[in-house]
Amino acid sequence: MNLSQEKKGLIVAGTITGIISVVLVLLGNPANMGFCIACFYRDIAGALSLHSAAVVQYARPEIIGLLLGSLFISIARKEFRPRGGSSPMIRFVISFFVMIGALVFLGCPFRMLLRLSGGDLNALVALAGFIAGIIAGVLLLNRGFTLGRSHTQSTVEGGAISGVFFALLLILLFIPSLLKFSTSGPGSMRAPVIISLAAGLIVGALAQRNRFCMAGGIRDLFLFRDSTLLLGSIMVLVAAFIMNLVTGNFHLGFTGQSVAHTDWLWNFLGMALVGYGSVLLGGCPLRQTILAGEGNSDSAMSVLGMVAGAAFAHNFGLASSAQGTTVGGRWATILGFVVITTIALVIIHTHKKEAVHGN
Amino acid sequence: MEIDARGLSCPQPVIETRKAILSKVTSFSVLVDNIAAKENVTRYATVQHYDVVETTTEYGWKLDLEKR
Repeated sequence: MNLSQEKKGLIVAGTITGIISVVLVLLGNPANMGFCIACFYRDIAGALSLHSAAVVQYARPEIIGLLLGSLFISIARKEFRPRGGSSPMIRFVISFFVMIGALVFLGCPFRMLLRLSGGDLNALVALAGFIAGIIAGVLLLNRGFTLGRSHTQSTVEGGAISGVFFALLLILLFIPSLLKFSTSGPGSMRAPVIISLAAGLIVGALAQRNRFCMAGGIRDLFLFRDSTLLLGSIMVLVAAFIMNLVTGNFHLGFTGQSVAHTDWLWNFLGMALVGYGSVLLGGCPLRQTILAGEGNSDSAMSVLGMVAGAAFAHNFGLASSAQGTTVGGRWATILGFVVITTIALVIIHTHKKEAVHGN
Repeated sequence: MEIDARGLSCPQPVIETRKAILSKVTSFSVLVDNIAAKENVTRYATVQHYDVVETTTEYGWKLDLEKR
């Protein structure tokens, strides 16, 4: 393998992704939200009436594009491999809490970078939390945490989630009356459908080719001082920063940021929960989406877990808003740490016992 | 020595490889079945001054690691 070739690929992919992210904002998406995997699953949950927060309902074509872009390129490159069966239920639960953490902060790791590129310093606090969460997750992995092996599955199993999202695309294009559409708030701010879809397809294909992962880059840096994967994230940040600067969308500061709050403790802890869960799942929400497109039905469970988490977050008042965090959201974040840590410790303990008994 | 990392999620194949390298094993194989795992293990091993020879198998790849 040629290392410099891999780095070149990540630099190009990161730059294109950063530029597209800002273009989507210029064409109508909420500020610093060209892409936000967490917010967009939340919007999709709303469009499907899984929650009734009227301001965040829209079947975001970006997500559909990401998943299908990954599907198409993986089929074309013969990398579509239906796999699954590695603790699907635990993945659902962890992803559920990853979504809670993301909605307490108001963004997935991808949007954290985009918020940073727009000058939102709250995202810097969140980045520190994200790194802390990743380090905690890596410690558990080093102690033997595993979700077990996945196994080869049928093409139907591997392609099911793509089928679901393709159906959602058809409904969005041809029977939109089945879906809910926000008339105010972030859900009402959207780039034209075809452009959003194309943006998703391009970024999905790039992310599949370059194994783009917001958690992976930081993990590699801490685990073995290798910055290759991180290069992709850095280029997204740099490209989006330059685009924001040029288009007058760079506003440095903590206050007055779009779809953001200044509660630093919960920005830190919310994103820490995202980093913690992402490492144990084997990838950030973006990576889970891409893997689901590649035929990984474990990641498809993660997608469903995130959609469910988003629905709960809004049905039970856990999600933050520009006004700040909620009491329920803070408790749910703590509960997330407790649940994920308990799961991890039980798994590690069980494996040690099995090793001792030679099973 | 052979590490069977097939079916393990990222980054477990790399963590298993790292354990072997830290225990000063100079020559071993890693079995992987997805491209991300293959690339991650290869990248890590190269950084740690191991030569990596890749063989395609019916389940994925066998990576032979040898200390330079």
